[in-house]
This record gives sequence, structure tokens and C-alpha cells, in this order.
Amino acid sequence: MLILTCPYCGVEADETELAPGGEAHLKRATVGDSDEAFEAYLFARENPKGVHFERWRHAYGCGKWFLAARHTVTLEVYGTYPAQTPEPPKDIIAAVKKRLPDWEGRG
Amino acid sequence: MKRYSAFAIAREALRYHSGWERAWGNPEPKKRYDVIVVGAGGHGLATAFYLGKNFGITNVAVIEKGWLGGGNTGRNTTIIRSNYLQDPSAAIYEKSRSLYETMSQDLNMNVMFSPRGVIMLAQTHHEVRGYQRTAHANALQGVDTTFIGPQEVKRLVPIINIEGPHYPVLGGLWQARAGTARHDAVAWGYARACTDMGMDIIQNCAVEGVETEGGQVRAVNTSKGRIECGKLALVVAGHSSDLAEMAGFRLPIESVALQALVSEPIKPCMDVVVMANTVHGYMSQSDKGEMVIGGGTDGFNNYTQRGSFHHIEETVRALVETFPIISRLKMLRQWGGIVDMTGDRSPIISKTPVGGIYVNCGWGTGGFKAIPGSGWAMAELVAKDAPGPLAAAFGMERFREGRFIDESVAAGVAH
Repeated sequence: MLILTCPYCGVEADETELAPGGEAHLKRATVGDSDEAFEAYLFARENPKGVHFERWRHAYGCGKWFLAARHTVTLEVYGTYPAQTPEPPKDIIAAVKKRLPDWEGRG
Repeated sequence: MKRYSAFAIAREALRYHSGWERAWGNPEPKKRYDVIVVGAGGHGLATAFYLGKNFGITNVAVIEKGWLGGGNTGRNTTIIRSNYLQDPSAAIYEKSRSLYETMSQDLNMNVMFSPRGVIMLAQTHHEVRGYQRTAHANALQGVDTTFIGPQEVKRLVPIINIEGPHYPVLGGLWQARAGTARHDAVAWGYARACTDMGMDIIQNCAVEGVETEGGQVRAVNTSKGRIECGKLALVVAGHSSDLAEMAGFRLPIESVALQALVSEPIKPCMDVVVMANTVHGYMSQSDKGEMVIGGGTDGFNNYTQRGSFHHIEETVRALVETFPIISRLKMLRQWGGIVDMTGDRSPIISKTPVGGIYVNCGWGTGGFKAIPGSGWAMAELVAKDAPGPLAAAFGMERFREGRFIDESVAAGVAH
């Protein structure tokens, strides 16, 4: 069972306590942007077979949204961090690289 | 290739079964093919089959990372139905269902299509209204379905409890011509028919890169070397995003695990398929007597092909309430498959930003039923470089245009 640590309340929560929220760090399209930009924001997804940065909500806990870095094949978790983080933090990237030296970053 | 028939069985019985041929070959890849289909699952093989049968294109290779039919084709719960709400969906799924009726004859392979009927239970008032609406839509689309009351559900499924405490059965959407088929035989039948047309089915051959030149596909690099191609059809379900990445574009797809399980075999007790979408469970009885049970998807992206315990618990808990006699059944096996979910829960049969590359994906949790119709439509798209009437609405430009084929309300999880 997938277990993530909520970066707000510190609880180790298993997946039944959490609600998944899809890919993280999407750049919101806004007024004046092209149809392609809206399509990319709303629908196009990286969906990697590898490291995925994603949103979660501690739904049956403190209720906060947070972000996680997780491997989609092994389910290994590299760390969690607050939702108000525009890009993956350095320590999370370091944690990924420590385990996957050849990892080239987000697509 | 020699035909399978009652006469062939008698002939072979007289000579100790020494005359059966290999059903499909194990060739090394040629240098070049007119069309390479990636993915030897049902959809990929059906695409190749109809390229040959409908368009006479037989210089075709179907390449497969694993083994033939070893992905979702061998992992689904074999349900075939076409009671969809939207017109484009009803058209392609009904085409597919009708092709299943003659598949054993068309492929000269017994796929054991069993039009035993499918009931989708209505267990909330919202579902009653939704399925009545679907039944009316199906009447206009020429798809034979009816909305039936709880007593009729009980007559068709004597083991059902229509007075469950949480979700009593208020009625159901009944499609008598829907049913099940033997999933492995579908893959094997297509593979044999494709081999018979001179196509190559190359297993254990993973695609490692896609070579393009001036926006046009040239070749694929595989674990068995470089293979040139005129056209490339990507038909790889949950792994579509990975191949699209190699070809340099992104898809509106997210991959999640969907799981199923079967019980120990018991005597025949249910001769229709029952789907309960409110409680995320569906069940049928196989010819061996096992109760075949499908559940919901994991909510988060993953490629693990295994599923999770709490979803089994939710599914089985709901089904025990609906079918009290299964409460002491032991479960024999459980497995998962990686399904490709689109934003509107409808498939993609489409050209791509790269010339000569076509994708067929996004069938999500309901691909098995669509295999022949999907192959039919995909073959036309690949052969003509333009979608035919079945595929036209399923182009991926619909996400940019906001022209969705929204089936998520009508079918939710159990597509």
C-alpha cells in the first residue's frame, strides 16, 4: 500500500487516507492564451513511466493539498513537499538523483 | 494455413494429432515493412487483420514488447456490450459487438462469443434516470437495449438481492445481445489470421526509439534492431504516453491500474453479466465456473500491473451485499492491467503531429469489447491517412476544440 508523509501535519498516511490530484506543477493557461496552450494545460499529460511529480490531498486528515515525487513503476516515494512550491525543490531532486543517477528531469 | 473444422479434428484423431500446424510464426524482423503496428494485443492485431482484409495491405509487422495478448487483452473481464450514450460511441461499439457475432467464422477460430446478456444495475435514482436516458438514446441509435424493473432483474439473476440495505436494485439497463468471449482466443485468432495473410508477428521486441525525418516517420529502433516503415500505428494502451514521448509528442492520457479477480469455480448460478457501477463492481461466471469480478481503478498514475488490497475490499464488500451467496467464496487469483484514461473517458483513434504515425489508445477500462471495431476503424485511418466515419469523432484534436465525447457520467468506472 502506498504511504505518503503529509508535509503539513507530519502524519504517515496510507492511500486510503489520501485523495490523488494528478500531475503537479502545471502552468495555468489564461485569458489571451492559444487553444493549444489551454489544451496542454487541461489535457496533455507527461504520464511518465518513471518519476512523477503529483498532487495529493490529505483528505481524511488535515485536509491540506501537498505535492509528492513518486516512481510510477516501483511506487517508490522520493519525498513530499508543500503545494505552494512552483518547481520541485532541490532536496527532492537530490533524493531522486541519488536513487536514479541517469534521471534527466521532468519532460 | 489449414482450416480448423470438425473434419480436421477427425483427420488428426486418425493420425495421432501429428498434422497440426503452428498457428503463428516466430520470424526475425525484415528490413522494412509498409506498416508497423506496435502492440500485439487485441487492438493491434485487429488493426493488422483489417489492414489486410479490408485494404489488401499485407507487408505488415506487429511488434510486441512482451508476448502476444499478454497485456490488457489477457487481463480483462471479457465483457462485450454497446449500450453507450453518445452517438459516436454507440456506432463504434455496436460495430464491434456485431463483428464479435461472426468473429469465430471470420477468423476460423472459436472465440466462444457468448451473447448471454448484460445488465447494468440502477441502484440510485440518479442511475435510473441516466439509464432510461441511455435506453432512449440507444433506441435512436439502433442499439437494442431496454430499461427493466427490479422484478425482471430478479427473474434474470435469481441469486441477486434486490433489497440491499445501502443500494437496493431499482432497475437495470438490459442488453440481451451483449455478452462475453474468450479473450485469449481473440488474440490467437487474429494472430493466426494475420500470419495466414503473410504478416510477421514479432514478440519480445521492445520499441526503444522512433526515427523521424522532416516530420515524417522513417523507422523504429527496437531490441531486435532498426526496422524501417512507411507508416507506424501505435496501439499500446497504457504505454501510449511512453511511445508518444519517443516520437516527440504528448497525449491527453494518464495511465492507471485496473484490477480484477476470480473465485474458486462453483456450479452454474448466473448466466448473464451483472455490472453495478454505483458500487464499482461487476461479475459474471466463466465457463469453468469461476466468478469473474472486476473492480475500480487506482486513482493515481501507475504502471505496476498489480492493483491494491483496499480496492478489492471495496469491490467484494459491495458485491457481497448484492449477491449474498458469494460471501464464503474463496478468491483464487487477482491481477492488474494498465489502462489509458483520457479526459472525456472516450478513446483516441487519430493522426498525430508526426506524419505517418497514428495512435489508437484511450480505451481506458473498456477496451476488450471494442477490439474488432477499433481495428476496423484504425485500419481505415492508417490505409487512407484519413479517418473513416467510425473514427472521425475520435481524433485527438477534439480536446483542443472542446468537442468531447463525454461518457463519464453514463459509464463511470465500468466502461
